[in-house]
Amino acid sequence: MPDESKANSTPPPAGKQSNANVAAEVKVSSPNPPQSSPNPEAKPVAAAPAAPKPAAPASAAAVPAKAAVPPKPAGPTPQPWDNEFLQRLKKVYGSGIREASTYLGQNYLVADQSIVNEILSAYRDDEGFDYLVDLTAVHYPKREKLEFDVVYILYSFAKNTRVRVKTQIADGAVLPSAVDIWPTANWLEREIFDMFGIRFEGHPDLKRILLPDGWQGYPLRKDYGILQQDQAWVQSNLGIESGQ
Amino acid sequence: MKHETMLANDRDFYGDEWGERTSTVLDADELVLNMGPQHPSTHGVLRVILKLDGEKVLGTECVIGYLHRGVEKIGESRTYTMFAPYVDRMDYVAAVSNGLGYCQAVETLINVEAPARAQYIRVILSELQRIASHQVWLGTHALDIGAMTPLFYTFRDREEILKVFEKYCGARLTTHAFRIGGCQYDTYDGFEKEVKKLCDFMEPKFGEYEELLTTNRIWVERTKGVGILNGDDCKALGVTGPVLRAAGVKWDLRRAQPYAAYSKMDFEIPTGENGDTYDRYMVRIKELHQSLRIIRQAVDSIPAGPIMAKVPKVLKPPVGEIYHSIEAPKGELGYFIVSDGSLQPYRMRIRPPSFINLQALDKMVRGMLVADVVAVIGTLDIVLGEVDR
Repeated sequence: MPDESKANSTPPPAGKQSNANVAAEVKVSSPNPPQSSPNPEAKPVAAAPAAPKPAAPASAAAVPAKAAVPPKPAGPTPQPWDNEFLQRLKKVYGSGIREASTYLGQNYLVADQSIVNEILSAYRDDEGFDYLVDLTAVHYPKREKLEFDVVYILYSFAKNTRVRVKTQIADGAVLPSAVDIWPTANWLEREIFDMFGIRFEGHPDLKRILLPDGWQGYPLRKDYGILQQDQAWVQSNLGIESGQ
Repeated sequence: MKHETMLANDRDFYGDEWGERTSTVLDADELVLNMGPQHPSTHGVLRVILKLDGEKVLGTECVIGYLHRGVEKIGESRTYTMFAPYVDRMDYVAAVSNGLGYCQAVETLINVEAPARAQYIRVILSELQRIASHQVWLGTHALDIGAMTPLFYTFRDREEILKVFEKYCGARLTTHAFRIGGCQYDTYDGFEKEVKKLCDFMEPKFGEYEELLTTNRIWVERTKGVGILNGDDCKALGVTGPVLRAAGVKWDLRRAQPYAAYSKMDFEIPTGENGDTYDRYMVRIKELHQSLRIIRQAVDSIPAGPIMAKVPKVLKPPVGEIYHSIEAPKGELGYFIVSDGSLQPYRMRIRPPSFINLQALDKMVRGMLVADVVAVIGTLDIVLGEVDR
């Protein structure tokens, strides 16, 4: 126990180490480290900011990933996804819609952060996606600028379909809050703020929800170790040396 | 007169420590009351800060996170197989359902389908779990409102379900009953007969619960018209499960997007009309009967065959992300998994029904009495292990 917590005082490598020792022996056989394989939705942003056809770079991005891991059979790749409503969105927002794909039968679209709330409103008002299933974020520290994915999962009761709207933002950037579109977003945005440190503009009460208010750090970021914690908070509030 | 002096003294004593104080209808000051985190009717460690005008609730704020264990973070540092037992510890009164959702989500990600026999075993066990979960809900909910007998009845009967779980997989609560790709164990000898006997045993018991409560004047007075949440509010707040159905929305993921063997099952989706606490009680009672109906069909038509699909020993899903959800006893339980092609999930997001349903508490209790807050927390059927994860 003590050396584990000691290892964690240097955050970035410690997180990786504790990740690695879980499956250390198996990892030897697979030399490619996590996050290095090109991500299907990371590509279009970097490569084709103006190209209206994101499908080609997306499938191209998946090919080297397969080549790097030869023993695995070819996995499914994201297929281009299109419908009337998407056409309309594309007409209005142009390259703001960066990608629209289907992966394993699940549709998603990647939109620019500046228009994401307009797209969400359009989905609710015009397409009847009246239920925000989930709102979450994913951290990609290896990406150059846009470190975070924010994912909105929408559902339409009338159509019985789901769609994921994703947007990518940089660390420190502010997203407009979706609380006015779906009140559900209130606690979900607070959770994202709590875990990732992403701020939402226009949120009625943006504060931590699961962790204590005075906690330092954002645990679901990749540079936050699995055993890491806010020692100062633990010591001053719990009166113990370490929570481990 | 005396009352006024007391309040005045109070103000002298506390000063502005309670923040902004406004005069209310009763010509008294607003009172801020902490309910929990150690309170018998908050079902765990939930703290609700109530703003009161006498006994009337002006507003609430939930303080959660006391049981936060970082399940999502743990998910990122375990392999897909290793993470499976952790999900049982979220909604610990419905562990089988949690495991079902997780296993199916990973199966979607690696594009594997569990064999038919496994699908039926899954349906039987998760419906038994739904009954057990509803029994815990009913017992504790009734206890909160002041009826003690249902607690003993429901826990007595739930025991029989737990015995079946124990015989099937060795555990009663955190079962880890399913594996990615199917089930670890086939049914034991006499499983079908025993489950059928259990169904016959259960049916009259549900009648007993109803006898105690359905027309009980105290129960009806305490639940009818309390904590109303209509269908549109439910959708806007993302509330699912029996709470949504009690508001008249006929929506159940088992029917809307069938998984496991549910597409082959014949069952009804009970709904309510008023969306109040009484309707939610009736919906759950009816669901108990529907669960029995599903179990009986599944036991009768369970096919023979393998219980495990071909799944690689070392799971390395291709790069990609999926969302999969099931109808857990409390509502939509979803898993959003991002794979980067390595052994561990890159991101393991869990969409817990309790967390999102709890958000509706404020809307449901505004303008009601303090005693109704207890009833509404009970009727939402939250499990704090799942709220906080």
